[in-house]
Amino acid sequence: MLQRVRSMVITGNGTNCEWEMAHACRLAGSDEVDIVHISELLSGEKRLDDYHFLNLPGGFVDGDDLGSAKANANRLLHVRVRGTEERLYDSLLRFIGEGKLILGVCNGFQLMVKLGLLPGFDGGYGTQTVTLTYNDSGKFEDRWVYLKPDAASPCVFTLGLDGVYLPVRHGEGKLVPGDKAVLKRLHDQNQVVFQYCDESFQEPEMTYPRNPNGSTDAIAGICNETGRLFGLMPHPEAYLHATNHPRWTRETLPEEGQGLQIFRNAVTFIRREF
Amino acid sequence: MVSRIEVGFLPGVRDALGEKTRRRILHDLHLSVERVETIEVYTLEGNLTDDLLERVAAGPFSDPVIQRYAIDGSLADRFDWLIEVGFRPGVTDNVGRTATEAVQLLMEGTQKNGVKVYTSRQYLLTGILERGQVEEIASGLLANDLIQRFEIVDGRTWRPGKSIQPYVPRVVVADAPRTDYVDLPDDDARLQEISSRRVLALTVEEMRIIRNYLQDETVRRGRREAGLGEGITDVELECLAQTWSEHCKHKIFNSFITYEDERGNIRVIDSLFKSCVKGSTAAIREELGPEDWCLSVFVDNAGIIKFNEDYNLVFKVETHNSPSALDPYGGALTGIVGVNRDPFGAGKGAKLIFNTDVFCFASPFHEGPLPPRILHPRRIYEGVREGVEHGGNKSGIPTVNGCLVFDERFLGKPLVYCGTGGIMPARILGEPSHIKEVHPGDIVIMTGGRIGKDGIHGATFSSEELNENSPVTAVQIGDPITQKRMTDFLLVARDRGLYRAITDNGAGGLSSSVGEMASLSGGCEIDLKNAPLKYAGLHPWEILISEAQERMTLAVYPEKIEAFQALAIKMGVEATVLGRFTDSGKFHVRYGGQTVAFLDMEFLHEGLPQMKLKARWTPPINPEPDFPEPSNLGQALKDLLGRLNICSKEAIVRQYDHEVQGGSVVKPLVGIAEDGPGDAAVLRPLLESFEGIVVSNGICPRYSDIDTYAMAACAIDEAVRNAVAVGAPLSRMAGLDNFCWCDPVESEKTPDGQYKLAQLVRANEALYEYTRIYGVPCISGKDSMKNDYMIGGTKISIPPTLLFSVIARMEDVRKAVTMDAKKPGDLVYVLGETRRELGGSEWYALNGFVGNGVPRVDARRARSRYEALSRAMDAGLIASCHDCADGGLGIALAETAFAGGFGMAVDLSRVPSSGIDRNDELLFSESQSRFVVTVAPAAREAFEAIMADSETACIGCITGDRTFVVTGLQGAAIMEEDLASLKEAWQQTLRDL
Repeated sequence: MLQRVRSMVITGNGTNCEWEMAHACRLAGSDEVDIVHISELLSGEKRLDDYHFLNLPGGFVDGDDLGSAKANANRLLHVRVRGTEERLYDSLLRFIGEGKLILGVCNGFQLMVKLGLLPGFDGGYGTQTVTLTYNDSGKFEDRWVYLKPDAASPCVFTLGLDGVYLPVRHGEGKLVPGDKAVLKRLHDQNQVVFQYCDESFQEPEMTYPRNPNGSTDAIAGICNETGRLFGLMPHPEAYLHATNHPRWTRETLPEEGQGLQIFRNAVTFIRREF
Repeated sequence: MVSRIEVGFLPGVRDALGEKTRRRILHDLHLSVERVETIEVYTLEGNLTDDLLERVAAGPFSDPVIQRYAIDGSLADRFDWLIEVGFRPGVTDNVGRTATEAVQLLMEGTQKNGVKVYTSRQYLLTGILERGQVEEIASGLLANDLIQRFEIVDGRTWRPGKSIQPYVPRVVVADAPRTDYVDLPDDDARLQEISSRRVLALTVEEMRIIRNYLQDETVRRGRREAGLGEGITDVELECLAQTWSEHCKHKIFNSFITYEDERGNIRVIDSLFKSCVKGSTAAIREELGPEDWCLSVFVDNAGIIKFNEDYNLVFKVETHNSPSALDPYGGALTGIVGVNRDPFGAGKGAKLIFNTDVFCFASPFHEGPLPPRILHPRRIYEGVREGVEHGGNKSGIPTVNGCLVFDERFLGKPLVYCGTGGIMPARILGEPSHIKEVHPGDIVIMTGGRIGKDGIHGATFSSEELNENSPVTAVQIGDPITQKRMTDFLLVARDRGLYRAITDNGAGGLSSSVGEMASLSGGCEIDLKNAPLKYAGLHPWEILISEAQERMTLAVYPEKIEAFQALAIKMGVEATVLGRFTDSGKFHVRYGGQTVAFLDMEFLHEGLPQMKLKARWTPPINPEPDFPEPSNLGQALKDLLGRLNICSKEAIVRQYDHEVQGGSVVKPLVGIAEDGPGDAAVLRPLLESFEGIVVSNGICPRYSDIDTYAMAACAIDEAVRNAVAVGAPLSRMAGLDNFCWCDPVESEKTPDGQYKLAQLVRANEALYEYTRIYGVPCISGKDSMKNDYMIGGTKISIPPTLLFSVIARMEDVRKAVTMDAKKPGDLVYVLGETRRELGGSEWYALNGFVGNGVPRVDARRARSRYEALSRAMDAGLIASCHDCADGGLGIALAETAFAGGFGMAVDLSRVPSSGIDRNDELLFSESQSRFVVTVAPAAREAFEAIMADSETACIGCITGDRTFVVTGLQGAAIMEEDLASLKEAWQQTLRDL
């Protein structure tokens, strides 16, 4: 069993949820949590290889200027770490190859999708097969949504999770698959981890605002085939304490927020597997 | 070489932007269009191979799952009209900047330096439209002529495969950079002419002072020795104009005023700023003695107070009205990212933790002709909303609170208040973080964005009314990502102790930032040729005063300059040495070694004599309203709920991220369906602690039509009351005053200047009085004094407006209270007395009156009520608490009920009141310092005991059904409304905007 779980939260160029994501990792029991600016990775000062759990937080990297995460994907694919021939993307693939965990939230999810890390069928990372695009409303929106997990999903982050309530805060969160085969395979392989649903957590919802962006089949988050890479639009790091809940002054809620279990599952998994 | 890449959606993919544009064409211009498609266009300049263009188009520029692209060809196929909108030369193109970086990443070697990408967007319209209508869509909705150009193509002349000629908005500057001498003649008319022509906003008297300064023999000798010729350089003249502008110097607030009241009594005020604003704070701090928690007030970019032993809070609110009138999107975006730099540049710099925004507009449903240069209020609304959305959301700062105020007089100039709070460690490497020092020998560094011609004359232009000569160059567009990179870098540099002091480059650009820091050391020497430019060809004076955004100026320890610059390079931020701070007493500026400005620091900062002004107060007398009590009060309530100043602002609130950073406790939308109107924001800045911050605002310009003394008192009371309503104690509350006035200086243009100045005096006197009694010190503030519009014969002046913003510390956020009713059976209380105070009310306005009986605040009684309520909250006795404001008790009760999702039954005869015998007046009077509170039956006794000395009455209870039932003064039921219909009336007004 691993003695020290080491988590990295990447930031820079417009990332903005790094503090609460790092806080979530700490609360979840990660022994070391570093907020690492992307320039520290590119300068070689920090190495992905030294960590077990990579967090890609929300934000507006490069302002979503060419479409969310597009310019950042381009950066990871092409910039080389100083003094080496290695690209950050190469170290990402090595990290994945070692079976380590990646969690992408919102802008981080958009990045994973546009880098082709998710859904990553047959381990064929690098080919984009789904995308996240503009909400049907054409608007950025901040609102809380009900999420129904797939109990049969291989996702290690959602083990034992029932329905959860979390906020979305995005303008480009509508998941669109490349074609019907991709969609079918996502469902068949239980890679659809979360769907937007009704408040009893029973039925997926296609209508606004419960499905806040018009996402295909109400998909809110997906994982890869091993369940070790997970991306979702809603923000689990935004609900770590009861007071984050929009109705905490009128409902009796457990003190711990529902988002924390996702991080705790990750840390527990790493401690057990490595 | 120039190439063009077009990116559009694959057939069958929803074009959300196109659809939104179609709706806006219908909604805003009442033109019906069948379909709108959008195509993003990238115009690339540089040496780019075909292979590279292909990789760029297929890589960063398009999404293979949903998009397609064309290189040097067109995607447009069938359409009736095509409109392509691009930027004019020199306008900030954020997407272009990101695109340029993306292309450079795909290139090797030095060729990448020659690459530049410009963006534009095509709209393909399908529908039956005349060319004139298409032009209206282009200029009235899609493009702002000041910053953008557009091209229209008639579909009948188009054949697929045809392409649009690339247009490169390159800045071409014909003149070589030079410095001119300006001769200041002995002729007043010519002095005035020089001031007007150069948009200096200097008066003849100020011009004379400059001329006389130059005639001083010592000054002449010094200037000769520095290598200057006769006369003043344009660099110096512009620098003085910025530093001496109303915007930077607050001449009216610092003036010597002779005030005559309505009885002819005369008194003099030596600076409203010193006597009223600073005066109150000084007195409060003295009373606090060793318990004083103010750290830095009125001396820095923002006010700094203690949060706890280890952290300080920083807060500032600014306005960006004039630029937002011309370009709402760019103006508001610059407003928010600009105010972000105030707390960021206070003390040693703060991490930014919340934004709060207040906008004042004319009705978005305005009909009728618009005077020249005025944009339709709906366009202003959407542009400002979007600018602040992009500025706030992309910077990762939660927008926690705000409000919208509507009045037809904001047609001339909208008010765009943007505020930002920050937190910083109380000590950084052992040094107190709130103190700002600059030592001679420190290096002058400019970091962040580059300098262009954007924002030239921003400070002086906003020191005048909006007129036909208002310069286009004053408009800027903010760039939140460049700023985020810079702030990420500077927070690291701060914590490593790499710099001594930091300040913002805002109004007046380097002339203000370097000038102000230099006053801390006693002088400076800088060379403008070192400053990085967006494009070549700027004159030295332009470099000095440009307000190009995203820049901070720093004083860096000489021994740490290498470490500072190495960190900047690593983090991809530009940081340039401009010179050094000195103690020479001179503001010394060179360009390529040649002196272009050599001014005495003392003259620059103290050379302006105090303005002397006259004020005369004559209370206005408005017609007394004479309408009967309506028979259907339920309908009256619904009409009020739907009014612009009362209705739900959910559509706008949801588009702002209000919970990034993870500390959100009370959100702007609360209640059973998360759509009720929260009174104030509560947040936790430190996630490992339950200590919290409360943020609220108060603003009520309508009362200025009767008396600005009452207006200011009510604004302060409203802000304080809102903060108290969620759980903030008065004892740890600080305020910010933001005055937006119409020109109060008597002149040919402003014959009623003495009255307007008297209004300003009265508002300030109220500010002094009420902040003192509440013990809520102002820690910083701002004024914007020329909110008028004058072109041709049309003059529009805003109603005098004070925004009072509150920041408070809350010991334990778990005790916060929200405004929604919680449970059937809970008792409904009204706290505070209702008087016949409907002057300036929403109820009178709905009936076409202003009236005279404006609400008066009894601060001492209010204070004891607030303190008692805080004790009741601390004891956990309050289920819900809602501020009673616009629209009075009727609105507060209805909102409490429908936000909670429960019915309510109340009896008006039990409401503490005096002098009222009409139900409508009791329901809709806007008496201040009142709350609607609900209390669980079990807490009744304890609650009533705590509130015993305050006007408090139980008027009814929360019910299990969904009706809102009111019993009138005469004992009969006067209202029985379904909750859903009340909520619908409240939600429908702005839902679709």
